[in-house]
Amino acid sequence: MRSVSGSILSALPDQRGHFGPYGGKFVPETLMPALAELEAAYTDAQGDAAFQRELGALLADYAGRPTALYYASRLSERMGGAQIYLKREDLAHTGAHKINNALGQGLLAARMGKRRIIAETGAGQHGVATATVCAKLGLDCVVDMGEEDIRRQSLNVFRMKLLGAEVRPVTSGSRTLKDAINEAIRDWVTNVGDTHYLIGSVVGPHPYPLIVRDFQSVIGREAREQMLRMIGRLPDYVVACVGGGSNSIGIFYPFLEDQSVHLVGVEAGGRGVATGAHAATLVAGTPGVLHGASMYLLQDEHGQVRETHSISAGLDYPGVGPEHSYLKDIGRAEYVAVDDEQAMAGFRLLCETEGIIPALESAHAVYQGAQMAAALPKDKLVVINVSGRGDKDMGTVAEVLGVTL
Amino acid sequence: MRPVGEAFRKGRKALVAYLTVGYPDPEATLALVPALAEAGCDLVELGIPFSDPLADGTTIQRASYEALLRGITPRRCLEIAAEVSPRAGVPLLFMGYYNPIMHYGPAAFCADAAAAGIGGLIVPDLPPEEGEALQTAAAARGISLVYLLSPTSPPERIATVAGQASGFIYLVSLTGVTGARAELSEGLEDFVARVRAVASQPLCVGFGVSTPAQAARVAAVADGVIVGSRLLQVIEEAATQGRDPVGVAAAFIRGLREAMDSVPVPE
Ligand SMILES: Cc1ncc(COP(=O)(O)O)c(C=O)c1O
Repeated sequence: MRSVSGSILSALPDQRGHFGPYGGKFVPETLMPALAELEAAYTDAQGDAAFQRELGALLADYAGRPTALYYASRLSERMGGAQIYLKREDLAHTGAHKINNALGQGLLAARMGKRRIIAETGAGQHGVATATVCAKLGLDCVVDMGEEDIRRQSLNVFRMKLLGAEVRPVTSGSRTLKDAINEAIRDWVTNVGDTHYLIGSVVGPHPYPLIVRDFQSVIGREAREQMLRMIGRLPDYVVACVGGGSNSIGIFYPFLEDQSVHLVGVEAGGRGVATGAHAATLVAGTPGVLHGASMYLLQDEHGQVRETHSISAGLDYPGVGPEHSYLKDIGRAEYVAVDDEQAMAGFRLLCETEGIIPALESAHAVYQGAQMAAALPKDKLVVINVSGRGDKDMGTVAEVLGVTL
Repeated sequence: MRPVGEAFRKGRKALVAYLTVGYPDPEATLALVPALAEAGCDLVELGIPFSDPLADGTTIQRASYEALLRGITPRRCLEIAAEVSPRAGVPLLFMGYYNPIMHYGPAAFCADAAAAGIGGLIVPDLPPEEGEALQTAAAARGISLVYLLSPTSPPERIATVAGQASGFIYLVSLTGVTGARAELSEGLEDFVARVRAVASQPLCVGFGVSTPAQAARVAAVADGVIVGSRLLQVIEEAATQGRDPVGVAAAFIRGLREAMDSVPVPE
């Protein structure tokens, strides 16, 4: 079963954008032609050496890739078990993995002749990455952001504005990422002629989960090569946090066919999965349809989407990518929840042992990876994806620690 | 159950009203449906509120949000439909997003909807490509699954929808979300003509229609006029002014009806 599904896994999605029962295009009719146009443009760009060269050059010279794969010696020692390696997406330009996708889609938009970009953002990292790319490519940029997220990520709001983006507060629903995506889709439906929707994770209708995964897969391709070069073998575990699922699928995807590599996705346990105040979609959700795709979803018994909670705005989302939904069902990846307190512990652990301040999102993966390492023998290798740096979270962390800045 | 086709009669353009179920409260829905039919509607769409109405503008978003706060679930919508359908005098449809229907189970939902007197379904986030399960379930109960077309739809998609839609085809008047508009799109007549050339179903135009003049303009080319957000605004304004929303909404519908009837219709 494993080898059969494994051999075709990386060929998904199918023609209709399905990963098993997940994915697809559940969108208003107005957007169907735009999705077809995007798919055609993407297929065309993939086959175009000039596009690939331009993207490769920007990733290298502008975004600072490849990012380091770094042996966390003090953290490994502290945990006393497996050897821990960190994939340093926090070192990428703008401070998170989000730039990989923003650059790819930005170039794609320019290629399609779309001069206006609409994006949603939760933590603000994707908004900053998008605003950055728009400044660099000379595109107009509008970012929808929930009012609640604007409050807790005010530094990133300021960064976006400095970069020339218009940040629009979203006041509907839970005023977080899910509502920002609703608003971005409404904008796209209205301005579809001249606007590209630059979605920030592996969610949304086909072809977005495919496109974003491909642009983020640079993380896993580099990590795989770096491990082989540095250690001469593949890791035993790859651990990454899962909001919509882009940094995790980015590092997982190039390892999908390596059956010896365990893939572990870490969701936001919030105040604890048992309390209901969390964003652990794959751990506690059921299949549904949101934002244009079929996927696991946190919903009530009537099919209404539930409000979520996480200390980290970037993980505070009730859906999750269709590809992750499928990887869970077939058992190729495992998904666990790490709560707010544990994430804070992971955050401090990385600060103190390695001198690296991770994003609160990434801190979930740090905690999980460190715990797993502690329980493993010394000859095992664990790679943790540090998806971003924590500068944006200073306000939240200070608040939790009772410090007034 | 009254089939959706009953709404389309020779010599008369159909007027379709959209109401969010339970807005401003369930009693209002029960009173509004027969009153709107009496005032000249030929079909009423009952909107099932959803937490994430991404095809809707602020008016329907707000109505849905308030209805949800009042505990309006898909099951409550079915109960309300069952109560009002014998008194409606016109066919009823449900308009709702796919997730609550999928969660209920498409087959169970269609069975219960048919039993509640619902003749059709409009699911704005379910294009024909993903509609197979619901289409099969609806057809088994004699329910029409109405698909939408938009000004952006190319000829291939118009042909696909014309091949699969039942009841009527919902033409979205503009590229955008629902909501009252001061102006209808310039290309409206052209869009209707493009669909008319390949589709045999009745064509109804919605999104943005707000005034008697707009309704008349639509009635001159299409088979039906759909009014939603503006109707909800009229209801909301009446309620906040302490006037009877049912009477005010009926008067608004009569105004649209008169304007539509003033358009000469070929026999
Ligand atoms: C640093 C960082 N990590 C992770 C995420 C979660 O997104 P995804 O699951 O798509 O990687 C975010 C989202 O804002 C983020 O900023």
